Amino acid sequence: MGPLKWALLGVLLSASLFAIDSVELRRNQPTERISGSAGDVLEDDPVGRLKVFVYELPSKYNKKILQKDPRCLNHMFAAEIFMHRFLLSSPVRTLNPEEADWFYTPVYTTCDLTPNGLPLPFKSPRMMRSAIQLISANWPYWNRTEGADHFFVVPHDFGACFHYQEEKAIERGILPLLQRATLVQTFGQRNHVCLKEGSITIPPYAPPQKMHTHLIPDKTPRSIFVYFRGLFYDVGNDPEGGYYARGARAAVWENFKDNPLFDISTEHPTTYYEDMQRAVFCLCPLGWAPWSPRLVEAVIFGCIPVIIADDIVLPFADAIPWEEIGVFVDEEDVPKLDTILTSIPPEVILRKQRLLANPSMKQAMLFPQPAQPGDAFHQVLNGLARKLPHDKNAFLKPGEKVLNWTAGPVGDLKPW
Amino acid sequence: MKLSALQQSYLNRRSNSFRGSAQLDSAADGSVKSPAAVFWLVLHGVCCLISLVLGFRFSRLVFFFIFSTSATNLYTAPFRGAAEIASHLDVRVPGNMTAVVASSTSRVVVGRHGIRIRPWPHPDPVEVMKAHQILERVQREQRALFGVKNPRTVIAVTPTYARTFQKLHLTGVMHSLMLVPYDLVWIVVEAGGVTNETASIIAKSGLRTIHVGFRQTMPNSWEGRHKLESRMRLHALGIVREQKLDGVVMFADDSNMHSMELFDEIQNVKWIGAVSVGILLHSTDSSATIQREGEEESTPMPVQGPACNATNKLVGWHTFNSLRYAGRSAVYIDDRAPVLPRKLEWSGFVLNSRLVWKDVDDKPEWVKDLDELDGAGEEVESPLSLLKTTSMVEPLGNCGRQVLLWWLRVEARSDSKFPAQWIIDPPLDITVPSKRTPWPDAPPELPSNEKMSDGAQTQDQQINKHSTKTKTPRTRRSRTKRRHDTKVIGVQASTLSVSEQQN
Repeated sequence: MGPLKWALLGVLLSASLFAIDSVELRRNQPTERISGSAGDVLEDDPVGRLKVFVYELPSKYNKKILQKDPRCLNHMFAAEIFMHRFLLSSPVRTLNPEEADWFYTPVYTTCDLTPNGLPLPFKSPRMMRSAIQLISANWPYWNRTEGADHFFVVPHDFGACFHYQEEKAIERGILPLLQRATLVQTFGQRNHVCLKEGSITIPPYAPPQKMHTHLIPDKTPRSIFVYFRGLFYDVGNDPEGGYYARGARAAVWENFKDNPLFDISTEHPTTYYEDMQRAVFCLCPLGWAPWSPRLVEAVIFGCIPVIIADDIVLPFADAIPWEEIGVFVDEEDVPKLDTILTSIPPEVILRKQRLLANPSMKQAMLFPQPAQPGDAFHQVLNGLARKLPHDKNAFLKPGEKVLNWTAGPVGDLKPW
Repeated sequence: MKLSALQQSYLNRRSNSFRGSAQLDSAADGSVKSPAAVFWLVLHGVCCLISLVLGFRFSRLVFFFIFSTSATNLYTAPFRGAAEIASHLDVRVPGNMTAVVASSTSRVVVGRHGIRIRPWPHPDPVEVMKAHQILERVQREQRALFGVKNPRTVIAVTPTYARTFQKLHLTGVMHSLMLVPYDLVWIVVEAGGVTNETASIIAKSGLRTIHVGFRQTMPNSWEGRHKLESRMRLHALGIVREQKLDGVVMFADDSNMHSMELFDEIQNVKWIGAVSVGILLHSTDSSATIQREGEEESTPMPVQGPACNATNKLVGWHTFNSLRYAGRSAVYIDDRAPVLPRKLEWSGFVLNSRLVWKDVDDKPEWVKDLDELDGAGEEVESPLSLLKTTSMVEPLGNCGRQVLLWWLRVEARSDSKFPAQWIIDPPLDITVPSKRTPWPDAPPELPSNEKMSDGAQTQDQQINKHSTKTKTPRTRRSRTKRRHDTKVIGVQASTLSVSEQQN
């Protein structure tokens, strides 16, 4: 009960930081807006607060890769492509690099797909390295700061560690050339090698139109208590369990497979989105990596996310107060999950549902085409704007070199 | 080294197929030379073979017995042992040191973890109850937010009379009304005066009921019954008027079937609304079905209700076409022919109760006063007679596209008897086993005379066990089966006498 008490204290403390007022009725549901240091930030407009210069890379880094495999537009790593398209036509873009605050390099590192659709990260370090060599050779801005005012979108499993296996990713660490740059990634875990200080965590891409076509009427009563669809044991790679999800998903299955309150299975129903809208809690446990699109889906469909991933860093954590919205359960407390969930007072549950119903919250999780105010693109720009102005040691003195261009595994140094 | 080889085998099994077995190759290359490495490889191969034979990896058990020191619950122990192995491996193998160091300040450790299972991994009834209370609270909030605001009282008007099928029909309506989430007043008008029969049925509802009697008895013809029911409904409207009941009046005939969405939909009515009613024609006449098959295609269920144009405005009515059944419809209540509804049934209409109040200022001018209808000589067929113009009727249920209730008339023969209030009192004391048992595999015929003595004892036992069941089928049998009954009784009497002789 110790960690739970600390969690409650943390909630109370953060509640004192954020003043809550319930505001106008939108769509006939009273929603709550969290005003204060964090909540207002969701609605900030980045236009005018920063300028971004987009490097013109040869199309072999972006367009040709996409042409070879257009599936990249639909998988959960598609944020890198849509970010590029958004920046090209955004008002924050500037064609004059001298006045730019941030520099963006459009390189699609997560678009080398297997026949099944899973991205292979083996060539990504070389591709990234080659792109950085190109921009440092053709423009003076990289060498000016060695990347401190550049940002890259790396939405793969473990971000810029460029591997899907955690041990390998930790061994490799973040690509040495990206040591000073800002990374925009989906992976976030505290005290982990692959999460750099100052990174911006974004949600994984989930197709907005597809989700909006599956909406059901609001008055459909929520009759499922806990809902989850997905793997519990990754039979292909870890048949006994224990590696996959650090044993947490297997624990959920073993403890609650015959519990009528838990609607959990490995099926792929066609009514997945509709079922989420009929559930009160949606489990978002970790898999091979701690993040998953389930969080986005739960927020869009108004289902309270139950996050089972120790030390995870959730998207836009400095703008969205996730403790108010979701329920955090330690992996070691999974056997007591039913007790934890049923002991939440109903008023707290109703409040979480009101916060989830806030349209600005839902908008912040999405990457709509074309971009809309308050969406994830704008939250990324807000995050970048909040990091301005760059501090003094970003700009290097002439002749000073910090990066080691030959660091890293030997295989990375081969040209791409 | 043994541990590292095993750990590498874990990792290899984990890697994807295209990844290749590069690690195993390097291990193999390095181990060709040294005999110790060869020995470990051979041991590993032997362990693999043993695992194949056994069907599971027994190495975990070996480690458990070697490394675990405390006596623990055997069910969870193997998993906890695995976690211990993981921590042992992480400490001993230098290759993974960086992983441990990097994550030493967080709780997360890379490697194999145990699967935590609590001692009794089954639902706890207290938790289940609490979860249901949470669900109930959430759904109540949803109803308050998205459902009907300011729900009005539902006033259900049911004309009824005591007959065999009354309990069947009235119980159905009663259960539907008990499920309605709004306040409800149930006005039951009974033809032939108030009886204990009806009172005992509606007393179980727990609803607020107004049970009144109507002086006339229900006639035996459908024509007469429809007329009398209309007058009973008008009488109920008179009660609404004199008690100034406020709410939405709906007509729940006792043999109809109502959906719960109907009660949500009628809350939207302003003055007078119409819903679509599905007409269920119960026809036991086989000649009628053959004739129907001769027509172009099977006709769908007839639906009575409002007809709307594309802009959802009321333009007319879907009524029942009774010409197809001309001459073949039921005249008397127990005729075996389809019972036809009227053109527009009362149950398809809902009224705001204020329409029938007297001296109300905001009553619209297109409605007549209720008193004008009372004295009318001819039958009031539907509530439309209350209106001077039918254009103000509001079509409900997505402009009549949703069928929200079903009309059905099924009755037993007029001479059918049933025990009063369905209580068999005094209890049955004459019990005679039936010739054919209800169980299909029991021998239907009684054995021949010489076996009757042994058969009689078993039949005595059967008599004692199934005494209550034999009486009621008896009363239901019609005239044609009575000959059979007398024969059976005769046979049984002889067996009883045989057994008496034996004893």
